[in-house]
Amino acid sequence: MTDNAYVARVENLEVKFVSRESTTKAVNGVSFTLKEGEVLSIIGESGSGKSVSMRALMRLLPSKAKIGGEVEVNGKDVLKMSGRELTRMRGKEVSMIFQEPMTALDPVYTVGDQIAETVMRHEGVSKEEGLKRALELLEFVRVPSAERRLKAYPFELSGGLRQRAMIAMALSCRPSLLLADEPTTALDATVQIQVLILLRKLQKEMGMGVIFVTHDLGVAAQIADKVAVMYAGRIVEMGPVRDLLRNPLHPYTQGMLASTVHGQDRNTDIEAIPGSPPDMRNEIRGCAFAPRCKHATELCRTTEPPETSPGEGRAVRCHLVSGMTGAEQDAPAYA
Amino acid sequence: MLNYILRRVAYAIPISLGVTIFCFALVYLAPGDPLTRLLPDDATAETIALIKAAYGFDKPIPIQYLNWLGRALTGDLGQSIQTNRAVADEVLIALGNTIIISTAAVILAFTLAFVMGTVAAYYNGGVADRVATSVSVLGVSIPNYWFGIVLIIIFAVNLRWLPATGMGPGGSEGFSIWEWSSVKFAILPVLTMAMVPIGIIMRSTRSAVSEVLSQDFVQTLRAKGMGEAAVLRHAVRNALPGVLAVMGLQFGYLMGGSILIETIFTWPGTGSLLNQAILNRDIPVLQGTILVLALIFVMTNLAVDILQTAVDPRIKRG
Ligand SMILES: Nc1ncnc2c1ncn2[C@@H]1O[C@H](COP(=O)(O)OP(=O)(O)O)[C@@H](O)[C@H]1O
Ligand code: SF4
Ligand SMILES: [Mg+2]
Repeated sequence: MTDNAYVARVENLEVKFVSRESTTKAVNGVSFTLKEGEVLSIIGESGSGKSVSMRALMRLLPSKAKIGGEVEVNGKDVLKMSGRELTRMRGKEVSMIFQEPMTALDPVYTVGDQIAETVMRHEGVSKEEGLKRALELLEFVRVPSAERRLKAYPFELSGGLRQRAMIAMALSCRPSLLLADEPTTALDATVQIQVLILLRKLQKEMGMGVIFVTHDLGVAAQIADKVAVMYAGRIVEMGPVRDLLRNPLHPYTQGMLASTVHGQDRNTDIEAIPGSPPDMRNEIRGCAFAPRCKHATELCRTTEPPETSPGEGRAVRCHLVSGMTGAEQDAPAYA
Repeated sequence: MLNYILRRVAYAIPISLGVTIFCFALVYLAPGDPLTRLLPDDATAETIALIKAAYGFDKPIPIQYLNWLGRALTGDLGQSIQTNRAVADEVLIALGNTIIISTAAVILAFTLAFVMGTVAAYYNGGVADRVATSVSVLGVSIPNYWFGIVLIIIFAVNLRWLPATGMGPGGSEGFSIWEWSSVKFAILPVLTMAMVPIGIIMRSTRSAVSEVLSQDFVQTLRAKGMGEAAVLRHAVRNALPGVLAVMGLQFGYLMGGSILIETIFTWPGTGSLLNQAILNRDIPVLQGTILVLALIFVMTNLAVDILQTAVDPRIKRG
């Protein structure tokens, strides 16, 4: 892969859930790119479309989900793939780890069997060889007494070990892209940090691209190269992690940062911003954040803010920012 | 695991003893005196006493029970009042006949219901699901004897493809599952017997598999690139313990035979035997048949419990 080739490229992604009663517009025009070895963190409140975007990357959505836009993984158009091509890609080129390691693993198969199954599927090896690889993988993700854990059922492991087993399974075929959907949210604080450090280490060792979903800015700060902030199915702000945290431009990002600094418990949702996100079943006019934004103007309520780039690698969707000239962008008037 | 099995077996012992006590007590629970049939109407008091002593009815009830149990354990279930033959022989022959049709019904019902239930769950809301659900509602709600009569009218009376009743010319001894001349007699009773369990097992398989398919780990399977066949394999494997419990219960019912079905088809199984025993107030036969059937039921449940533990790692072993 050349330097400017993307592991993932998403252009104007839209996902709608259509049922007889209602249409939920979960993702509305999300675009981003991810290079080899890069870590992108997507943050946002619950319901902002983070999980749906991740699943769209692997086309892991139910048939009532209508996907639009472009999704490329390793240069291949995911939305045009056949069922066979999809199963060949999933678990091999792209892997996913989930929030709840207890329910994400099959309760009646041993951990070893479940890891071996993945290796057998993609590399056509025997069961014996698969189990051997599973053992190596468990050791690779620092599971103590791996030999014994190989034969354990998920319910016999602690949350942290289960998540490690999940990671081992996801990494079993050396994917170039790992999608981690809040992989530490369900874990205790200390375990959370261990798993985070492990993930970062493995990511560096393997040089894979990672999209790390979280609703915790602190977690994002530790692991990410760049951050995308999602609100109501849109990326409202994106940029390199340092820049974005030091100098947030979107009022939503600012509010979130303020609440993370003062908030004690990282596991709770952001509460410092008053109000709640819009119901995605309704048509949204103007800026989706306007009802909660203290800077909202008439323009915000009628016209959706366009994406502007206020600096190297940065993008913001806010009338306040787009209304300014380049020179003033680093010190917005409202801040 | 072994521990668990031993404990389950230990639990089954008091249950079986309870069953024997109930069967023994039948003599006293049944209306009328079991001796009246044996005795002429003008029997003298001495004759009655003599017969009572001969049958052991003069002893205290606990002693009678222990004597009866001792004989039952050696395979002596007494004599039929009606035919004077050994009850054990009659029950054994009837049981063999019942097992012929109930085994066939079990195989037919379990495979069909399991496959259809799984397919219905997989194509949730699709055509296959609607067909399967309708079949299962019909299976559960139509009385099976009525279904049996309809089958007789269609296939025996109108089409004349299959015989309506009996086990064929050779009767019980001449029956061979390898010969069409015998087998054709079993087809309608088997279909009739299979109807209810098909409905029940299909319904529970459908709900168990569809519950599993909605769980998070199914998405993990797809996320790691498993094909739909593998997804279904995992789903079935997860649904199995619950389905086995339902199957076990149905297995127990089917092995007991059915008075109604065997009577309609005059199939000489345990159901027919019970029916005659009731009509003739043949208490020893009634006792012996119920004892054997109840013990089979207890043993089936035991086997299902153990099987369930074997297939479900989550059940605590110890
Ligand atoms: N299978 C589905 N059917 C209908 N709506 C869904 C489905 N999955 C997610 N949604 C909706 O899509 C929106 C985004 O959900 P999600 O991506 O899970 O949010 P989060 O950012 O918390 O991960 C929510 O409004 C949710 O209700
Ligand atoms: S566009 Fe207007 S309402 Fe939306 S975030 Fe910017 S200032 Fe607030
Ligand atoms: Mg989510």
